[in-house]
Amino acid sequence: MEKESPPPTGHLSRPSAEASTFPTPAGLYIHVPFCRAKCPYCDFYSVTDRSLIPEYTAALLAELNMLRNRVPRADTVYFGGGTPSVLFPLQVAQILEGLHACFSLTPDVETTLEVNPGTVDKAALAAYREAGISRLNIGLQSIDDQTLAFLGRIHTAKKGIDTYRWAREVGFDNVGLDLIYGVPGQTRSRWEGEMAEVVQLAPDHLSCYTLTIEPGTPMAKKVENGLVHPLEEQTAGELFSATAQYLNRRGYRQYEISNFARIAEGDTTDRRSRHNRKYWTFAPYLGFGPAAHSFLDNTRWWNHRSLDDYLADLKAGKRPVAGTEMLTREQQMMEFIYLGLRQTDGIDTVDFASRFMADFADHFEPEVTRLLNEGLVERLSGRVRLTTRGMRFLEHVVDRLLS
Amino acid sequence: MKNIRNFSIIAHIDHGKSTLSDRMIQSSKIISDRDFKDQILDSMDIERERGITIKSQTVCLPYKSKDGKTYDLNLIDTPGHVDFTYEVSRALASCEGALLLIDASQGVEAQTLANLYLALEHNLEIIPVINKIDLPSADIDRVKNQIEEDLGLDPETAILASAKDGVGIDTIMEAVVRKLPPPVGDADAPLKALIFDSHYDPFRGTVVHFRIKDGTIRSGDRIRFMSNNATYKVEEVGVFQIVRVPKKELTAGEVGYMIAGIKTVSDTRCGDTVTHHRRPCDKALSGFKEAKPVVFSSIYPVASDAYEDLIVAMEKLKLNDASLIYEKDSSAALGFGFRCGFLGLLHLEVVQERLEREYDLSLILTAPSVRYRLMMNDGEERVIDNPALYPDPTNIEYAMEPYIKAAIIIPDRYMGAVMKLCLERRGINKNYQYLTNKRLEMVFELPLGEVIYDFYDRLKSITQGYGSFDYELIDYRRTDLVKLDFLINGERVDALSMLIHRDNAVNRARIACDKLKEEIPRQMFKIAIQGAIGGNIISRSTVSAFRKDVTAKCYGGDISRKRKLLEKQKKGKKRMKMVGQVMLPQSAFLAVLKTDTD
Repeated sequence: MEKESPPPTGHLSRPSAEASTFPTPAGLYIHVPFCRAKCPYCDFYSVTDRSLIPEYTAALLAELNMLRNRVPRADTVYFGGGTPSVLFPLQVAQILEGLHACFSLTPDVETTLEVNPGTVDKAALAAYREAGISRLNIGLQSIDDQTLAFLGRIHTAKKGIDTYRWAREVGFDNVGLDLIYGVPGQTRSRWEGEMAEVVQLAPDHLSCYTLTIEPGTPMAKKVENGLVHPLEEQTAGELFSATAQYLNRRGYRQYEISNFARIAEGDTTDRRSRHNRKYWTFAPYLGFGPAAHSFLDNTRWWNHRSLDDYLADLKAGKRPVAGTEMLTREQQMMEFIYLGLRQTDGIDTVDFASRFMADFADHFEPEVTRLLNEGLVERLSGRVRLTTRGMRFLEHVVDRLLS
Repeated sequence: MKNIRNFSIIAHIDHGKSTLSDRMIQSSKIISDRDFKDQILDSMDIERERGITIKSQTVCLPYKSKDGKTYDLNLIDTPGHVDFTYEVSRALASCEGALLLIDASQGVEAQTLANLYLALEHNLEIIPVINKIDLPSADIDRVKNQIEEDLGLDPETAILASAKDGVGIDTIMEAVVRKLPPPVGDADAPLKALIFDSHYDPFRGTVVHFRIKDGTIRSGDRIRFMSNNATYKVEEVGVFQIVRVPKKELTAGEVGYMIAGIKTVSDTRCGDTVTHHRRPCDKALSGFKEAKPVVFSSIYPVASDAYEDLIVAMEKLKLNDASLIYEKDSSAALGFGFRCGFLGLLHLEVVQERLEREYDLSLILTAPSVRYRLMMNDGEERVIDNPALYPDPTNIEYAMEPYIKAAIIIPDRYMGAVMKLCLERRGINKNYQYLTNKRLEMVFELPLGEVIYDFYDRLKSITQGYGSFDYELIDYRRTDLVKLDFLINGERVDALSMLIHRDNAVNRARIACDKLKEEIPRQMFKIAIQGAIGGNIISRSTVSAFRKDVTAKCYGGDISRKRKLLEKQKKGKKRMKMVGQVMLPQSAFLAVLKTDTD
């Protein structure tokens, strides 16, 4: 079913060199639904009662087994959450062992673990590396203790920076940091000051997310009750533009709305998150654990967003799937456009043509020309992508292209 | 004729009329329980969903009485809403008696009274029925007291019933036989029959519902409508027993139908008299009126290429709805559409819903208007119901608007709130009287234009659902009329214009600008919204431009969610209209109708 697109015509690289001859390797995602404490802004699924971790690990192994060899090859493993670093290194090792037993992983597999600085010490990081983790993504979020307190994080800025240093010391050569900006009261100069310190640390990868008030979170409640005043849209927009501008000048190339990879002179290493790019490039991925999503052969399915339901199904020998959808051609097109525009590579119009047997221009003119004239998108050979200004108005551009 | 009873059920809305009809039909066994759909007489989807009857229907119920004889009980269903008073009156004119249905917990309400008065005007025998006695909140003594005090009827004759549970149905059937008089008439006299309804059958054309007063009608007869002298040859006569049951003839006292090759229902007039072409009766039955629309609005398809579909839909709808009138209309903002006249706001909503649902159209309706009379400087009188046709105000000497007499019944604790509402709507309190010690009837004279928007909703809300309302048109009075326009980025949107009283203009304009601001999606540029009378800007608001419109995160689980959102937006956009550079959603056209800030 999954058809491989023709080799790239442009100079931009593909996720894997063999992509043109073999099906795109899949990504494997493990959702670890446990946290020491819930952050008030976060709407990812997790629980704070960690007594069920052993039962969860067993269930997860069973789930892996159920999808044994569903994809011919995988070249990424990603432990997300929740807080994956609440797992003991031994548990991580056990899960990795399960993954190796059930799937054919490429020799250069990228194996990422998300780490909350409040849950680890140097020894733990060393043990994760020992267990087979090759990349860490540390939820630093901020290097300002006041901001961390506002975000309800369980660690200080110092602990965050220490964690990063330990990661380097124990030998991780691929470390990413997560940052949140756009918190109430933040100014451009304060945010640039934070970025300056972070850039000093020279992480390989940066994810910078605007604080988003997700409906149903405690933070949303506070906004509703007037206890928190979100940043004005104008300021948030300026911070968004300033982020890309600042980081691009300091050796971090933006490759997705919120993601930046370090480029160094004379070094061709691709430090983009290989796993996360699966989501944006329509590549197959399998998700395990509660609330995890999978995408394979134009079908997407998702697990129960409840640890209890997840465990119950697996105990009964059933797959813990809560829902499935098969994407229609039109839906695939929508996602292709949306995901394409999130990336600085933009929409690959050649890939579009071969996937949908339709000419991109035919389909989206005259809106593309209008957007070009307004300076929101630009055309490169075989690609259409957002301009720097256009990035700030992604949703608006997509909305116009799709209607 | 002695074995016939013709009757209606009259009630306030929601007092259980349809359910009672259903039970009576069930007990007559003309339809098997298996085929029985609840509220069988309300056959349109909208009727069943809203629980209201729009088109009245008729059914002939065979009933074996305790006296051993079998009777034909003709139940003539009546529409239950204030917009359709005339149709109710024609149905009642076809009966000798009526069941007056009163909800045991709600008691007597405005339409109970209005319908009772209508029935008494036709000299009908009344049997009060207290329904919903199964409800825990039922208060039978209170209702009996109201029957005596408010209605002047003998409360001891009231039948206790629960249509839902089937309680009291036989007693009601028996009372219809015993208490209601049989019809009188002369089967050999010249034909005289009253049309009280008609509906459209795609295979047979118009099916006329009528009551034979005198004479006999057979298939093959040549008949004549006395209002317009149109003649037709009768193809079939018969009675309704849910399905049509053809008969050889119908004779004085009977209620039934006639099919006579009549193309559309508009060719028949509710209230008209049918007679024989060759041997006509000397005088038509009294009380015939042309149904006159009182509310006007323009209907446009959201997608301009749907105009052809709208034409077809309107034509089809018209086949079945004689009271809908329309003519072509066009708007600079909305393209081609129709200017329509309705019997009332409910009628408007029903038509809109039917067009959208049955014909899958997406529509924009302009602000409903009443019909104004303009006295021009040159002595000419002009009648207008469309803001687009409003002439240069310097040429108008003065304007007149229609007034209604509204009767509102409320528990007396809401008197202040109702008074305030009606005075805000330029009402004049003519009278009020206690019906019982806590219930009050207030009579107001109100401009119809103040009632057509959301008066009934407001009344319901300020009286917590207890207020009930009935009205009739009385006359035209002088008024200070202005045309309020709205400009979007300096461009006048004709479809948003409205005719209103000058005193309301500033307030309405301000509220409408605020509502439009909420409804118009933000864009990359600032959008100015202005309310204006002539060249005079009286209110304004601004939709600010986007400063940022981007979602930070998008990983596995977010993609489906995001796509669903995009799909929803896309669907929403189909219901938008471009005005210049600005997208106006369908809801923006509704927003200007709101008179309140909440």
